[in-house]
Amino acid sequence: MNWTAIRAIYMFEMARFFRTLAQSFVSPVLSTSLYFVVFGGAIGSRIDEIDGVSYGAFIVPGLIMLTVMTQSISNASFGIYFPKFIGTIYELLSAPVNFLEIVIGYVGAAATKALFIGVIILITSFFFVDMSIAHPLAMILFLVLTCVSFALFGFILGIWAGNFEQLQLVPLLIVTPLVFLGGSFYSISMLPPIWQSISMFNPVVYLISGFRWSFYGLADVPIVASLLAIAFFLGICLAVVWWIFKTGWRIRQ
Amino acid sequence: MPAVLNIQNLRKAYSDGFEALKNIDLQIEEGEIFALLGPNGAGKTTLISTVCGITTPSSGSISVSGHDIAADFRAARRLIGLVPQEIALEPFEKVINTVRFSRGLFGKPRKDAVIEDILKRLSLWDKRDNQVRELSGGMKRRVLIAKALAHEPRLLFLDEPTAGVDVELRKDMWDIVADLKRDGVTIILTTHYIEEAEAIADRVGVIAKGEILLVEEKDRLMQQMGKKELEVQLSGSLDSIPGALAHHNLQLGADGASLIYVYDTNQERTGITKLLNDVAAAGLTLRDVVTRQSSLEDIFVTLVREDAA
Repeated sequence: MNWTAIRAIYMFEMARFFRTLAQSFVSPVLSTSLYFVVFGGAIGSRIDEIDGVSYGAFIVPGLIMLTVMTQSISNASFGIYFPKFIGTIYELLSAPVNFLEIVIGYVGAAATKALFIGVIILITSFFFVDMSIAHPLAMILFLVLTCVSFALFGFILGIWAGNFEQLQLVPLLIVTPLVFLGGSFYSISMLPPIWQSISMFNPVVYLISGFRWSFYGLADVPIVASLLAIAFFLGICLAVVWWIFKTGWRIRQ
Repeated sequence: MPAVLNIQNLRKAYSDGFEALKNIDLQIEEGEIFALLGPNGAGKTTLISTVCGITTPSSGSISVSGHDIAADFRAARRLIGLVPQEIALEPFEKVINTVRFSRGLFGKPRKDAVIEDILKRLSLWDKRDNQVRELSGGMKRRVLIAKALAHEPRLLFLDEPTAGVDVELRKDMWDIVADLKRDGVTIILTTHYIEEAEAIADRVGVIAKGEILLVEEKDRLMQQMGKKELEVQLSGSLDSIPGALAHHNLQLGADGASLIYVYDTNQERTGITKLLNDVAAAGLTLRDVVTRQSSLEDIFVTLVREDAA
């Protein structure tokens, strides 16, 4: 393993994040605050507690997941697409690094950025709602696994994308609806039975449910199912990345 | 001299059937400056990209200082530096950071003294804290070179290093290349500018339509293929070439004030003595005699034309 190279890629990517530090932090903090004001304060005050948890506190895990997933995807997809777009990818391809090292560098940096933002939102949440974390280790595990697997997914998107429109397409058309319908703002049990069944096909439901369990011990699906779902998603992403590595798809001519 | 780069039977065909490289055999000796000349689309960049690992070969083998570029890609690539044809740089990063990144990417530990030396040699030290996007085109090209040198390669590829740069910068580039050669770095450059190859190369290779047409030492090439031109300037002017001189295959110069004679320096008899005697016998008065050596460009054009024919 060329750890020096991995470190170089990681630090170079993180530098991009730190260059725009204010934007990177202010934007998620602001949008989270808005969610709390609208959903927690204005609308939430008229909604009953869900399984003994106030609505404001109930939406915290979903909000964190929403941001962490979209941030992981956009950071990783942009991170690898940008060198392709401006042509600096030549350097990666001619360097003594293998594809795995490139993936660790880019995905690691994208996941770290998303994790940072997730933690910032968590801290912000404490200012708005009274809440506690029942299983902190499980919470960290879910957060890290989500960051890594969605960053891997974003990396694949970035390799696939041929233009900026395609880069936006999948997050906009697939990921955002799945996350919004994944129980970020409601419990699946609040839906009519037919929609409850349909929701079970949405992988994000399992992730948000598991993450919420780590906060309040409440879950829409069994915690094992949540862990299996994230492991399954991670496995698929790793398999696709391995296939790209073997074939050089969209990277090497 | 041992070969630092050894290319054997290299072939590159794309999925649409286009054959960019056809059975390339090329050995580059350690410490030399090798200029690869060829028209647009000849395969110069494909050849470089294949050696550097950006493009995968269809068949054949490439080794760098004995390391196969596929089986032993880490050892091979550590020895190679690449300056691409297009300016491709992260626009918002500082010059020094982007050069440091290149060193790290090639697996070398951070060493500020090396980076400082490279930036100073390329006149970039004062610009080290500038964002890349703030630099002029010429400066960006220097940054590309600095990045390629950051891991102290032994074999440097310069793909059209002076395309679109002004004359002053071109001369600077040549000085940089000469400097690197003194340090023992082997340099392979592709160029459109024949004068570039003529000025700095030790050996020249000509490539057209994916085939290497010729590899020769520059001096020998020019000697072997060089035609010389003798211009006999006259005191008066002529309307046509006198009949007594017809068998010399002369051309009449501008305003009829000179006679131009083309001869091969390699032939035992150049025919100059006979020509001058005949000129005197024809009653013409000489004002001056000038000789000109044909340039590498003439040789190149002839070769590529012959190949196309």
